[in-house]
Amino acid sequence: MNIDNLYRQVIMDHYQHPRNQAGPAHGSITIETNNPNCGDRIFIHLLIKNDQIVDATFTGEGCSISLASASMMTEAVKGLALKTALELVYLFSEMMQGEEVDTNKFNMDCIESLKGVTKFPARIRCATLAWEGLKKGLIPPS
Amino acid sequence: MNIAQDFPILYQTVNNCRLIYLDSAATSQKPLAVIEAMNEFYSKYNSNVHRGIHTLGTLATEKYEGARSKVAKFIKAKTPAQIIFTSGSTAALNLVACSYGRNNLKPGDELLITIAEHHSNLIPWQQVAKITGATLKCLDLETDGSLSLEKARQAITTQTKILAVHHISNVLGTISPIKELAHLVHAVGGIIAVDAAQSAPHLPLDVNDLDVDFLFFSGHKMCGPTGTGVLYGKKDLLEKMEPEHFGGEMNNLVEFHNATWREIPWKFEAGTPNIAGVVGLGAAIDYLNSVGMQNIAEHNAALTDYALDALAHVPELKIYGPQKNRHGLVTFNLGKLHPHDVATFLDAEGIAIRAGQHCAQPLIKWLGASSTARASFYLYNNEADIEALTQGLKNTREYFSV
Repeated sequence: MNIDNLYRQVIMDHYQHPRNQAGPAHGSITIETNNPNCGDRIFIHLLIKNDQIVDATFTGEGCSISLASASMMTEAVKGLALKTALELVYLFSEMMQGEEVDTNKFNMDCIESLKGVTKFPARIRCATLAWEGLKKGLIPPS
Repeated sequence: MNIAQDFPILYQTVNNCRLIYLDSAATSQKPLAVIEAMNEFYSKYNSNVHRGIHTLGTLATEKYEGARSKVAKFIKAKTPAQIIFTSGSTAALNLVACSYGRNNLKPGDELLITIAEHHSNLIPWQQVAKITGATLKCLDLETDGSLSLEKARQAITTQTKILAVHHISNVLGTISPIKELAHLVHAVGGIIAVDAAQSAPHLPLDVNDLDVDFLFFSGHKMCGPTGTGVLYGKKDLLEKMEPEHFGGEMNNLVEFHNATWREIPWKFEAGTPNIAGVVGLGAAIDYLNSVGMQNIAEHNAALTDYALDALAHVPELKIYGPQKNRHGLVTFNLGKLHPHDVATFLDAEGIAIRAGQHCAQPLIKWLGASSTARASFYLYNNEADIEALTQGLKNTREYFSV
């Protein structure tokens, strides 16, 4: 097991310099997503207008993997139509389940780096945490 | 004496490094004697207990009830009838809370616990308070996380019916003054229930000297198999308590509309019990006795002191809880690093620690943390393990450049 597969440089960069780490903008919705096993708690803030994610930010606490993943996720979905963002949620979920997916669809090379997390089963939930929050925001409970 | 050689699991490499197991507070490893005892049960005399007239049934019953006597002696209970086998501490506590708690509490009564309790010694009481209308009250800790008699005197009132506290905290390693607490709560007519999940593996226990009303622990944290636990209770309390589970083997006379219960402890053990597990627990107790509980206590106390000293040399390592009067574990955070990152890094060096909230969310919040890392020790650990942990933490800092 090579730990560098988990802590890829690009992941550490997003962890140490998170993008879009900011509170909610006026008019945005906030979704809480948490992992009771480790105490990670992330809030995803989405500003949605005309079925489009105008802005995506996050706040909260977590490990390097969960924060880096939140940072990448907010970058990736900003400006996307809700439908497209949801497609990315499913794509990410498949990737984290070890399936071969077309990572080009993310339009962000760094997201592929999270694939290395699948080699560390105990940490997969860290990577998916922010994406689960996004999913809750895109599919409100009926 | 090399204790580690009795534990086959310790002789392996994890991620190409020697396994250094520092998570015994979650579950301990098992000596060969326990594994063999369970193997022997299944290969030689597997059979149900208390009902078979045949030879194997008699043997299984002897072994099962023999383990009960061993547990009774281990904690110095007056009779084996006061030992109820459960699936673990959680089930034992639920039995006390649901049966004793629900039937003895009314609105206005107070249930006293601390913020340091494991979720299993908190949530059942929350539920009982909601059902009975009793008040769940918090016995405040000292600023270092220890439980003091001074604070206990302030919190215990004539309304206090049940005091449920940890003997050793699974997060801070602090040791509660159980005997004195029992005295205080008895003086107001209340009872004390003690979570001994972390103390039974480590300290010699004497339930009569401590004068506790209920005490419970898990077999798997004391070299025994998972799925085993013990509830000890004072005889008169157990006799008055109603069973929570109903079915085979717990009953006496059964008619179509009514049934009567067997005597203690069997009225609390409905259905086929975890026979192999209990046999394993009996072997675990034999093993612990062969090493000596006093020796184990001293070994772990020395190791904990050694760890506190060694870890003090790791820059930016914050240790939670007091420097003294703690046993068997050290809980910490390394700078701003998340404990999961620390645990993953250490795991790559073969070092197993726990990271997270340790089933004690209110305490973690009280400590001002969102999660912590914990290294816990047992009889098979030694100073070299602590040195490896210390070096591992220094390497972690370097890797994450903190």
